[in-house]
Amino acid sequence: MTTLTLTQPRLPTRGVIWTLALAWLAVTLLPLVFVVFTSLKSQQDTFDSPVWALPSHFDWSHYAGILQSGFLTYLRNSLFVVGASVTLILVISAMAAYALARLKFRFNKPLFGLIVAAMIVPLHITLVPIYLMTKGIGLYDTPFALIGPYVAMSLPVSIFILAEFMRQIPRELEEAAQLDGCGPFAIFRKVFLPLSGPGVATVAIYNGIHLWNEFIFAYVLTSSPGTRTLPLSLWDFQGEYSSNIPAMLAVVTLTSLPLIVAYAFGQERIVKGMMAGSLKG
Amino acid sequence: MNTHVTMAALPSAIRRQQYARNLAPVLFLAPAVALLVTFLVYPLGQSFHLSLLEWNGLGENSVFVGLSNWAVLVQDTVFWHALGNNLLLAVVSVLVQLPVAMALALLLDKAGRGSRTLKILYFLPLLFSSVALGVIFKNVYDPNFGPINAVLQTLGAPALAQDWLGDRSYALGAVAAVICWQNIPFYMILFLAGLASFPPELREAATLDGASNSTIFWKIKLPHLQGTVRTAAMLAVIGSLRYFDLIYVMTGGGPEGASELMATYMYRTVFSSFQLGYGSTIASAMFLVVTLIAAFGMRLTKRFETEV
Repeated sequence: MTTLTLTQPRLPTRGVIWTLALAWLAVTLLPLVFVVFTSLKSQQDTFDSPVWALPSHFDWSHYAGILQSGFLTYLRNSLFVVGASVTLILVISAMAAYALARLKFRFNKPLFGLIVAAMIVPLHITLVPIYLMTKGIGLYDTPFALIGPYVAMSLPVSIFILAEFMRQIPRELEEAAQLDGCGPFAIFRKVFLPLSGPGVATVAIYNGIHLWNEFIFAYVLTSSPGTRTLPLSLWDFQGEYSSNIPAMLAVVTLTSLPLIVAYAFGQERIVKGMMAGSLKG
Repeated sequence: MNTHVTMAALPSAIRRQQYARNLAPVLFLAPAVALLVTFLVYPLGQSFHLSLLEWNGLGENSVFVGLSNWAVLVQDTVFWHALGNNLLLAVVSVLVQLPVAMALALLLDKAGRGSRTLKILYFLPLLFSSVALGVIFKNVYDPNFGPINAVLQTLGAPALAQDWLGDRSYALGAVAAVICWQNIPFYMILFLAGLASFPPELREAATLDGASNSTIFWKIKLPHLQGTVRTAAMLAVIGSLRYFDLIYVMTGGGPEGASELMATYMYRTVFSSFQLGYGSTIASAMFLVVTLIAAFGMRLTKRFETEV
């Protein structure tokens, strides 16, 4: 036993760990502090004074300029695309999850296996065919182009989470409803949907955040500022403000603000929701 | 007469019920299956089909070239270099992200007060879109106006200041650092959940037997977290193999292909060089690589579970 203990690396003391933890906090926060401060500097400040100097005066002009030049259109598009997608995801995945969790039919197990396997597919392989398809049906460069792919790419993980959740709903409730003459549709509506609240909330948060920040499909399937979503506003403004560092960082701040505000109101829920997509073995 | 009616009605009622029971799974699953077939299964097959063509994506002038794209791919040094970069990213992710995340999780698990605030603040990077992070860190790394070089110069080490994203030797590492910065909190929370499920009796029993804190960690806690660590490693590897966003935003795969990944190479081939056929070959190869490695990894982790 003693030899075993000797060969083990020692754990650092509490003081050391706390120092490291605070160092990591600095590593996490400093880039974000840099962004906010720099976004409030005048462009002249960035040339004249060192990066860590405070702004000589708070210059809000970049924010005003961005809000007046189409930023709100990106925000509106994001709200529409993410709102519509998440609504569809919830309805469709809850239905599928119920069937896979509780209904007996021949291909239940293999179908569930396939859906789980779909979670690891690198979505980039679907990019070119979906791009061609979108052009073919005339949805290219409209916000609607994103909804189909967004819903489909979110279904596997959502079905998986909800099916696991619904499997834990007691069978007795279902049997009681059956005795009352409820068929599968009524049982889904009256028993499973109301009891799946926490699972549904988790799926909504997980997909809402991922789709809110989604980049490559939005980038490929839309091209004009009037149809693009919030992450793309950064991409588009980048051309306009290529040499104006404070203005660029003001765009970063504005695009990131909605999620940060949401996070301020429900940290625990959001952390939990974002972790739900990960597999736990 | 009465009995006759019930006799006739009964089978049809049963039949109707049976019918509803058989039809229910179909109706419940139809929307999901239709969407998955349209946007996942069909594109998957279509990608392999496109990989057999030579096509610039415009008009009907595609030419069937059989496996010749695949023959080119096997000899394509850019692709192998990109795959190498993906694997390098996977190794760095596992060797850097997981240990740091574990250290932070252990701290948060112990520190009572203050740990909640730390956890909330640590999690912030996960809320940012990759484009936002890309723009932030392009400015952080900026050779002239960025804080990193400014700090190095002030500390009297101007020789260490670099054109981080513009230099072949640093570009991939610089982006990898940002990927670690963003993902470490994710694994930290994953490990934290694992540690929270550690039964306190085990620790008490070990302490009574005279085990030191480090023995408890290496001999009891770490084995207890084995499954979580394996899952985290698999997520990190799969994530690295299909990585795209930050590299595309920060370096575009450059300079001179130094930070090229499979996905950025695929993107460039399709949307900049307009070789839809060859781009689809790269995409299909990427799919095969990820699926093979994931299938192997899943055999190791064996089971799927989630916590809602």
